[in-house]
Amino acid sequence: MIVVRSLNLDGVNYFHVKVAGLLFVATTRINLSPSLVLELLQRIARVIKDYLGVLNEDSLRKNFVLVYELLDEVIDFGYAQTTSTEVLKSYIFNEPIMVDAARLPPLGPASMFMQGTKRMPGTAVTKSVVANEPGGRKREEIFVDIIEKISVTFSSSGYILTSEIDGTIQMKSYLTGNPEIRLALNEDLAIGRGGRSVYDYCSSAGAGAVMLDDCNFHESVHLDSFDVDRTLSLVPPDGEFPVMNYRITQEFKPPFRVNALIEEAGAFKAEVILKVRAEFSSNITANTVVVQMPLPKYTTRLDDTHKKKVDELSRVIVGGSEHTLRAKLTFSQESHANIMKEAGPVTMNFTIPMYNASRLQVRYLQIAKRSKTYNPYRWVRYVTQANSYVARL
Amino acid sequence: ILTPVCLTHLLCRIKEFSEWAQCLVLDLVSKYVPSDSNEIFDVMNLLEDRLQHANGAVVLATTKVFLHMTLSMNDVHQQVYERIKAPLLTLVSSGSPEQSYAVLSHLHLLVVRAPYLFSSDYKHFYCQYNEPSYVKKLKLDMLTAVANESNTYEIVTELCEYVANVDVPIARESVRAVGKIALQQYDVNAIVDRLLQFLEMEKDYVTAETLVLVKDLLRKYPQWSQDCIAVVGNISSKNVQELKAKAALIWMLGEYSQDMLDAPYILESLIDNWDDEHSAEVRLHLLTAVVKCFFRRPPETQKALGAALAAGLADSHQDVHDRALFYYRLLQYDVSAAERVVNPPKQAVSVFADYQSSEIKDRIFDEFNSLSVVYQKPSYMFTDKEHRGAFELSEEIGSLSVGTESMDIAIPAQRVEANDNDLLLSTSEKEESRVPSNNGSAYNAPSVSLATLDTQSELISPLSSLPSYAPNPTLVIDDLLGLDLPSSSAPAPARSPSPPPLKLNAKATMDPSTFQRKWGQLPLSLSKECSINPQGVAALTTPQVLLRHMQSHSIHCIASGGKSPHYKFFFFAQDTEEPVSYYLMECIINTSSAKAQLKIKADDKNTSAAFSTLFQSALSKFGMS
Repeated sequence: MIVVRSLNLDGVNYFHVKVAGLLFVATTRINLSPSLVLELLQRIARVIKDYLGVLNEDSLRKNFVLVYELLDEVIDFGYAQTTSTEVLKSYIFNEPIMVDAARLPPLGPASMFMQGTKRMPGTAVTKSVVANEPGGRKREEIFVDIIEKISVTFSSSGYILTSEIDGTIQMKSYLTGNPEIRLALNEDLAIGRGGRSVYDYCSSAGAGAVMLDDCNFHESVHLDSFDVDRTLSLVPPDGEFPVMNYRITQEFKPPFRVNALIEEAGAFKAEVILKVRAEFSSNITANTVVVQMPLPKYTTRLDDTHKKKVDELSRVIVGGSEHTLRAKLTFSQESHANIMKEAGPVTMNFTIPMYNASRLQVRYLQIAKRSKTYNPYRWVRYVTQANSYVARL
Repeated sequence: ILTPVCLTHLLCRIKEFSEWAQCLVLDLVSKYVPSDSNEIFDVMNLLEDRLQHANGAVVLATTKVFLHMTLSMNDVHQQVYERIKAPLLTLVSSGSPEQSYAVLSHLHLLVVRAPYLFSSDYKHFYCQYNEPSYVKKLKLDMLTAVANESNTYEIVTELCEYVANVDVPIARESVRAVGKIALQQYDVNAIVDRLLQFLEMEKDYVTAETLVLVKDLLRKYPQWSQDCIAVVGNISSKNVQELKAKAALIWMLGEYSQDMLDAPYILESLIDNWDDEHSAEVRLHLLTAVVKCFFRRPPETQKALGAALAAGLADSHQDVHDRALFYYRLLQYDVSAAERVVNPPKQAVSVFADYQSSEIKDRIFDEFNSLSVVYQKPSYMFTDKEHRGAFELSEEIGSLSVGTESMDIAIPAQRVEANDNDLLLSTSEKEESRVPSNNGSAYNAPSVSLATLDTQSELISPLSSLPSYAPNPTLVIDDLLGLDLPSSSAPAPARSPSPPPLKLNAKATMDPSTFQRKWGQLPLSLSKECSINPQGVAALTTPQVLLRHMQSHSIHCIASGGKSPHYKFFFFAQDTEEPVSYYLMECIINTSSAKAQLKIKADDKNTSAAFSTLFQSALSKFGMS
């Protein structure tokens, strides 16, 4: 069986990951853990990104020598030494050459956080961690991003079949001197369901309690006070790293409700009605919303009477609004059986900044004070993205 | 290698290592054998928090340690499963798709090993719409494994949704998954309804898969024939183009011809298109079906039978021709006998053969947290010899048919069969197990003979001929093998006062794991290099030739292989005298240089010299007879 992501050819095993359009490949002859290699490749990609600020073909080409030095330090005789940007700093002597960040394509990492007309500082997260800012003075900042990916499946009768949130708290620290940080989450955060199937209805949890099924932490996080008051204390290493990954299967309010209907109007015609309703509050806007619905193979024509609405639908949806799309379909052959079964499920892709479906929140972010005037910028951002948002017909 | 002191030292400080070093430490720990259960619990307590690590490799390595250490303690082992479920599921959803697949493969392995422990978590294994197809396939496997009485209905409902999927291979796999669940369960009512619904969907690939499954279902549950046949009968055979589906449909036509009114006519039209039918499998099925139909409804089928037999006899394919001839003669001889042969009352099939022998599965489990799990093959099947770590000897044995050239996966057939054979030498699962690779071919003759050589074999050469070898060897060896004996005169006097000549047990048996263990434990008694005479070299065209020769001298082969000019053999022999002792030897032969290297290990060192001369004399005779 040839697996796509790891391949065995002539006794050599090949692994690769794809990051930002670049392929990172590793080879080995021995039988070792695929997780190890894949994690390593991801880490290497991240270290390179930390050093270069932005990872794309251009920056890699300009900084080839630096990347070569990094690879040399990270792996020795086939054993991974360290992938911590911080530790590597003392061994790497090349300086990164910056690539002009303004020439980034619009869907770069910063645009995820665009909120209507309010824009986040676009270049903030594309600075290199190690390079010195021109002018000498470094801006002290720390970014905490809570990125949640939600997967929801609606059955054909409209109720939720499966729902899951996979979340991660990413931190990127530009603080000098590595001060200690305390991050506090919801006080009523509960972890684990104690062995019962997570889909059993659980009425013992308080009305507002957030319940995580499971979480795992970065190794630099101290969990001593986590049990007490749900705070994490850590000394953040340089660069970007996930503080915590968590998974929630508790029920939550889905941000969109989708209804789709296909009505037959004669032998060769049908009408499609697609309704999308945003359930979140109106001061939040979802962007890059795309709704897809596969139609039966034998559809020949699709007339939508509301062409403009289609465009609207695919860009921005303001909270609380409802959009409807009607379209007429013409078929080349007579449809038999249930046409709803022939058409595929409706899938949605979206990004909603400043909204998270679980109610996990960062209550406060304390940085150990070094001097009275030390007041670094703290950015805490929430993003919800669609992982697999499906409504069956 | 790892002492308890060293172990505690490492484990207490494990947090101070970087995560990659932690993986290495955990690997070492998994090889450590704890002395008692207290130690096991200590180790597990120390490592408990590693399961919360964000790095998937660390979590998997810790899981391996936990699972291997608790293999002997059943209830703790189950608790381990409960404990690792949550972290593994989190890992599946948190990483990149590649990492998620690696973790999912491991989860798949665990689910298949202990399906009842995961049966309440089946919802986690639902396929998500945007997943790549290899992930979906794994999840389908897991869903079929965890299906049990309580959750079958929901799982099957979910699988039916996947059948409507746009992606054709996944739709096919989903239909097969539904069928697999049906074959496992007793309550197949709803499933049969669903399968029949699939037939109504009128998508050709769905119909094809469903037909194959309905056929299997009918083999196991003949009581459902009424419902199934009613729907199947409506399918026009022209719509069914795929070979397996066609074969399945024809089988059903033959088997249930009295219930399906149109059976003879459908068969007749198929036979008229005999020339259009290129597949031998379909033609074979067609022949059998028409004969069965004839027994039930003779007047309608007679003409079709005649046409079929005529076409079959004229067919170019050997199997088809043979079968047609066989039926023709049988019918000529006695019609009722023919009926008993071709159409006996059948019992429902209770169990379908498993695809992978359990030994291989255990091997893969031993190599948890490595590529074996992702490839679903034990490591010796895909690694080069020099780079193997843990299983030294077993991999040596396993790789023998590889030869010393580099692996080429493109020729898996012969090689993998021989490998599989080694594992099967001591088990009787030969007929059930199949090679888990992309060729589905059954064992063919040469490999089977290897197996039979090793088991209780009826042995030809008499034991009495053995003593005569003992006094002769010196001269024979000197002349023919040109051996470098320390001094040619010394062996002669050394031989005569030697202990009574060795008698070897002609029916000795040894299973591979014992061989491996002994080989590891015993010191090397003798290592020699000798040359082979030209006749021997010429005769050594395949390994089997030497094996049979050695067999005739009561020296049994436990593994062999290689391609010209390199051959490698592992032999063993058993002394019939009390105390019973074993001799093990490794023999590497290079036919191009006509040299052989021998390594002999013996339970009883005193007799090892006598044995080695025996062996060498046997070797010298090779090519002579």
